[in-house]
Amino acid sequence: MSNIPEQLRYAASHEWIKVDGDTGTVGITDHAQHELSDVVYVDLPKVGAKIAAGAVAAVVESVKAASDIYSPVGGEVVEVNAGLVKQPELVNTDPYGAAWLFRLKLSAPAELDALQDAAGYKAQIGG
Amino acid sequence: MSDPATLQKTALFAAHQKLGARLVDFGGWHMPVQYTGIIEEHKAVREAAGVFDISHMGEFFVSGPFAKSFLNGLLTNDVAKLAIGQGQYTLMLNEQGGVIDDLIIYHLREGQYFLVVNASKIDEDRAWMEQKLKLPAGAGIFFSDRSSMYSAVALQGPKALEIARALLGAGWPEPKRNEITGYSWNCQEILAARTGYTGEDGIEIFFKNEIAENFLFALLEAGKPFGLKPCGLGARDTLRLEACLPLNGNDLSEKRTPLEAGLGFFVSLTKEAVFPGKEVLLRQKSEGVKEKLIAFRVKEKGPPPRPHYPLFQGDAHVGEVTSGAPSPTLGYGIGLAYVKTACAEPGTALELEVRGSRVPVEVVKKPFYKRAI
Repeated sequence: MSNIPEQLRYAASHEWIKVDGDTGTVGITDHAQHELSDVVYVDLPKVGAKIAAGAVAAVVESVKAASDIYSPVGGEVVEVNAGLVKQPELVNTDPYGAAWLFRLKLSAPAELDALQDAAGYKAQIGG
Repeated sequence: MSDPATLQKTALFAAHQKLGARLVDFGGWHMPVQYTGIIEEHKAVREAAGVFDISHMGEFFVSGPFAKSFLNGLLTNDVAKLAIGQGQYTLMLNEQGGVIDDLIIYHLREGQYFLVVNASKIDEDRAWMEQKLKLPAGAGIFFSDRSSMYSAVALQGPKALEIARALLGAGWPEPKRNEITGYSWNCQEILAARTGYTGEDGIEIFFKNEIAENFLFALLEAGKPFGLKPCGLGARDTLRLEACLPLNGNDLSEKRTPLEAGLGFFVSLTKEAVFPGKEVLLRQKSEGVKEKLIAFRVKEKGPPPRPHYPLFQGDAHVGEVTSGAPSPTLGYGIGLAYVKTACAEPGTALELEVRGSRVPVEVVKKPFYKRAI
């Protein structure tokens, strides 16, 4: 049974975003980390990079494969979680906390409306 | 992933579900990729023992007074060297010397041979062999593909033999390395071979589908005190990669010869029999190969290599990765790749291209992992 916090917004591609003013913090969901299993490497975007909604923003590698992570909304990367480079396994143990991937300055906050709430995402993954 | 309803299932499918496996499409088979986690299962095999469902693999039987000479004219290794009860790794090549399949052949009894082939190649192997068995060449040779009747498990790890003894009892004739023995377990015939695909000691046990689930659960029960875990194909792949055991379809293909793959030890160019591809290999041996399958490691904490990533030396594109993964035992990325022979020496510094960036890697001696004996 996946953990799906109420206060976050979710993309169908299994990323979450937590909005604080005009900034959004992005990570992958508990369901996604479970599906990927043992995360061993994380590639993060560069600070300053401009990313469109739905574009590849990061890569999370498990033992089996490399998986693209998409930005739920568009914006400019203002901070990345450098701690994940040393401790990629945090993606498995704390996907909504210590394993946030990057922070964006939102370019079009209205894009948030296209994302799902916790109930919608729960229905999507059948959880 | 294709529709799960169309996937083939082994006789252990229900057992995997009971054990909580995550099932995926593996070459058309619905197989467990993991139960609890690839790294955990990998470590269980290196430190204690693991059991894998290998029922999807193919089981062929070839017998008759001319079986030996037929097989010697089909396979690269020298079948005549096999005493009764012995097995050997060997390859089946096309006329160009490319690999159709790699397999293990066991000499069961006088004139009776047992071949274990890759799941994805069963139909192709059978078609190739049946074509070679057309009369008159096939006179006096009996061939049967019993892949759909047989199940098998691989019990691997430093505790594997202790577990096998605990389950099978004192009367079990324990096979030595590369040997195979028959035994009756609860009035059911089983074949146990001291072979594997993990780099650890262990056995591969073959039996009829009817007893598959009973056998697996009895084995898991017997193995409990030893730390035995059910393991999926995810761990099987990282284990075999650390041991530098090639995977057909990745490291072997119809475009690569066993000499390029570094498998010359399993090719007898001195035996009298002429097998498909022999002439190409003789020429390649005298001229030298242009590319070689090498092992390499990622320096420091770089991203793991994956199949098809290109390798460079300076600006020159010198090769391509065929297998790659993070090594659970070593803690860094490892891979196999075909590179130009000039770049194949251990110690050679190369660069791996990952998502547009260059990552320093080094050619290393095979294998990455060798168990202490």
